[in-house]
Amino acid sequence: MSAMPVAEVVKEQSMLKQKEMIAANYELLVTAREAGRKVVSTFVPGNLNELIMCFDMANNLPEINAIQNGMRKKSGAYIMEAEKRGHSEDVCTYVKADLGMIAKGNLGPDGRQLPDPDLLLLSYTGCFTFMKWFELLRQQYKCETAMLHVPYEGDGHASKNMRDYVVKQLKEEVIPKLERASGVKFDIDRLRQYLKESAKAEQDFVWVLESAKHKPSPIDAYFGGVYYIGPIFTSFRGTEDATEYYRLLRSEIAQRLADKLGPVTPDGEMHEERYRLVVEGPPNWTSFRDFWKMFYDEGAVVVASTYTKVGGLYDLGFRHDPEHPLESLAEYCLGCYTNRNLPSRIDLIEKYLNEYEADGLLINSIKSCNSFSAGQLLMLREIERRTGKPGAFIETDLVDPRYFSPANVKNRLESYLQMIEQKRHGAAPPSAAAE
Amino acid sequence: MSATADIVARCQGLFDDLHFTYAREWKAAVPGRKVVGYMPFYVPRELIHAAGALPLGVLGGGDQLEVIHGDAYYQSYICRIPRSTVELGVTGRLDFLDGMLFPSICDVIRNLSGMWKIMFPKVKSRYFDVPQNFRNDIGGEFYINELKELRDMLAEISGHEIGDDAIRASIALYNESRRLVREVYAFRSKQPWKAPSAEVYLLMRAGMILAVEEHNRLLQEYLAAAPLEDRPRHDNSRVVVTGAFCEQPPLNLIKSIELSGCYIVDDDFMLVNRWERSDVPLDGDPIQSLAFAYLHDSGDTSAKYEPDQKKKGLYLVESVKRNRAEGVIFAAPSFCDPALLERPMLQGVLAEHGVPYIAFKYAENSGQMQPIREQAGTFADSIKLWSDR
Repeated sequence: MSAMPVAEVVKEQSMLKQKEMIAANYELLVTAREAGRKVVSTFVPGNLNELIMCFDMANNLPEINAIQNGMRKKSGAYIMEAEKRGHSEDVCTYVKADLGMIAKGNLGPDGRQLPDPDLLLLSYTGCFTFMKWFELLRQQYKCETAMLHVPYEGDGHASKNMRDYVVKQLKEEVIPKLERASGVKFDIDRLRQYLKESAKAEQDFVWVLESAKHKPSPIDAYFGGVYYIGPIFTSFRGTEDATEYYRLLRSEIAQRLADKLGPVTPDGEMHEERYRLVVEGPPNWTSFRDFWKMFYDEGAVVVASTYTKVGGLYDLGFRHDPEHPLESLAEYCLGCYTNRNLPSRIDLIEKYLNEYEADGLLINSIKSCNSFSAGQLLMLREIERRTGKPGAFIETDLVDPRYFSPANVKNRLESYLQMIEQKRHGAAPPSAAAE
Repeated sequence: MSATADIVARCQGLFDDLHFTYAREWKAAVPGRKVVGYMPFYVPRELIHAAGALPLGVLGGGDQLEVIHGDAYYQSYICRIPRSTVELGVTGRLDFLDGMLFPSICDVIRNLSGMWKIMFPKVKSRYFDVPQNFRNDIGGEFYINELKELRDMLAEISGHEIGDDAIRASIALYNESRRLVREVYAFRSKQPWKAPSAEVYLLMRAGMILAVEEHNRLLQEYLAAAPLEDRPRHDNSRVVVTGAFCEQPPLNLIKSIELSGCYIVDDDFMLVNRWERSDVPLDGDPIQSLAFAYLHDSGDTSAKYEPDQKKKGLYLVESVKRNRAEGVIFAAPSFCDPALLERPMLQGVLAEHGVPYIAFKYAENSGQMQPIREQAGTFADSIKLWSDR
C-alpha cells in the first residue's frame, strides 16, 4: 500500500526502506518464472504471509495491484475494459481493475508483466466478493485454488468451532496445496520463526498507531496510516525487513512526539492540529493526494481509522503466537476488521473516539464495497447517539475515478468541520451530515 | 371459480399481505407458539419446525411496500431488499417475530444481521453460516456444530429442548414438501401452458408463509387441479430464469416474461424450497443428515463455492437440458454482488455449450415492464428464428 510520491519534502528512513521493500517484492514477482519461484495470489484480509513464506513462494496481492494502479491513475481504463467484457458496473472496482489489468497484458504497477499464479489462496475472510474474484481468476488461469473459509463473527466473537474449522482447513486443504504448488515440504518450525518475527513488528506497529493518542498527534492514522500498514498487511509480515521497518518507524514517530510535531504530509509538516477525527472506510485511491489535502489544509488529522485494521486487528491485544502457530493464524483471520460484526465494529469506533479524544467520526462510504458500506448509516447514527459527537458521511469509491467528486467531498468536509467548530463554541449542532 | 383459481387467489392474498396476518393468527391460535423469520437463500427450516415454531420467509417488501424509513439506512448503491426488510421491521410489520435468521448469502445481508441486533435487540437473531468446505470431517464438522448452535438458539426461543425424533419428523414433512415442489416444477416444465409461472410463483411464495403441513396440502391440490385446466398452448420459447434468488422480481416481471413469448421452465426464485435434491435420510443422527445433505446433495448458487472449476456453472446447463430450455434469462437485482459477479462466469459456460442468453437488472419495485417485455420478446423471437427447434 505504498505510493510513489511525486514530490516529497523529506523522505524519512522508514519511507525509503518501505520503497526498497516494495520494489524488491515486485522484482521477486516479475522475475519469478526465470528464477523458478512459484507464485501465490491471496487477499489482504486473511493474508497468511508467514505460511506462504514457508514454501518460498512469492506473494501476489491483487488488491495491492489495484490500489497501486489506482494511485497511478491507471485503474479507470482497466475498470472500463472489464465492464466492456461483461462485468457489471455495480460490482467491486478492485475486481474490475484487476480483471481489466489482466485483459490488457497483466502489467504491474511498474509496467512489467506480472506472472500467472501457481496457486490462488482464496482466503475467504470478511468479504463475499473475494470468493467470486478468485473464481473469476481461477476460470482465467485454470490453476489450483485453495479455499480457506473463515467464518464470519456474526455474534461478535470467534467460537471454538470457527477456530477449529479454520485450523483443520489449514492442515488438510491449504498446506497440502501449498506443498504441491511449491514442491516444498511444510516445516512448522519455520512458521514459528516467522510468527515470532511478526509479533515483534506488531508490537511496534501498535505503538505507532497509539501514538495518535497524543496531542498533537505525530501521525495521520488514515492517510499516513495506509503507508504504515503496508509491510504488515502485505508480503513482508514475518520478515526481518518488516521488523526493521517498524523499529525505524517507531523511532521516527517517537522523535516526532518528543519534538511535539504533527504528521508529515505531502506538502510538509502539518503545523496546527485543529480537528481530530476517526475515519471509517477505505480511502479513495485515484484522488488520494487531493483527498488527503482536503484534510490537512483544514488542520484535520485522523487519529484512528478502521481501514488500517482491514488486514489484521492488533490494537486489541492480538499478536501472532509462535507457540500455537496454526491456531494463531486462524485467530488472525477471524479478527480482521470486516470479519467482525457490525455491533463489534461500532464498539471499536466508539472506543477510538473516546481513547483518541476525537472530535467526531467521518465515514468514507465506498460505492463498490458492501462489506464495509452496508450498515454505515446506522453506524453513524449509533455512534452519534452513544458519544454525542457529530458524524459526517461522504461517498466515494476505491479505484473508480468516476465516483470521486472533489467539490462534493470538500464541501461536505468543510461543513462538517464547521459543525465541529460550532459545537465547540457551544452552538447547537445541526443534525448529522448524512443524506 | 376453478379449483386452481381458488388456490391462486389464496396464494395471492398471502403474497399481498405485508402484515403477515396468517402468521400472526397462527401464533395467536395456541399460547406459546413462536415464529422465526429467515431470509434467502437457505436455512434448515426443519429445525425451526421441530422447535414447534413457524418458519417465515422474509423476502423484502416487494413492489407493494413504499420504503420511507428503510432508505435512511442504506446508500443508493445497495439493493432494495435490505431497505424494504428494514421497513417491514421499523413499521412494526414483523413485531410478532421471535427470531430472525440471516443466511450467508452476501455482505449486505450479513451486515443486516448485525443491524438487526442493534435495531431489534429483543429478537433473537443469528447470522447463519454455511460451509464452503465440503468434506464431512472439515466443513461437515463445522456445519454440524453450527446446526447444533442453531438448535440451541431455537430451543431457547421455544422454551423447550428439541429432540432428535422431533427433528426427524420435521425432516419427513419437509422431504414431502420438497418432493411436491419438485413435482410442481416438473409439471410446469412438461406443460408450461398449464402452469403459468406467475401462479407457480405465488404457490411457492405461499410456502414461505404457510405451515408446511398446510402448504403440502395446497401443493397437492394444485397438482390435482392444474392439469384439468383448459388453457391454450402457445408457441413460446422455453427459458430458464436465473439470478433472482434473493431480492425477488415483481410479479409483473414474471408475467411480462411469459406475456412476451416465453415459458419459464425453471427458475431460482426461492432456492430453499428445493435446496436438498432428494430426501434427507430419516435414520441416524438427524443433525448430521441435514449437514451431509447440504454438503453432498444440495443445490447450486452463487453463495455456495464450487471447488471443481470444471463443474462451475454446469448446473445451469443441466437445467437447460433437463427442462428442454432454449435459452437462459439472467435477471439480477441491481447492485446484487452474488448475481452480478457470478453472471460472467455462467455466461461463459453457457456460451461454451451453445446456449443463448440475455441479461437485465431489476429491483423488487421495478414498475416499468415494457423494456423487459421487449427484451424478452426479442429473445423469444430470436430463439424461434435461429435455433434448431
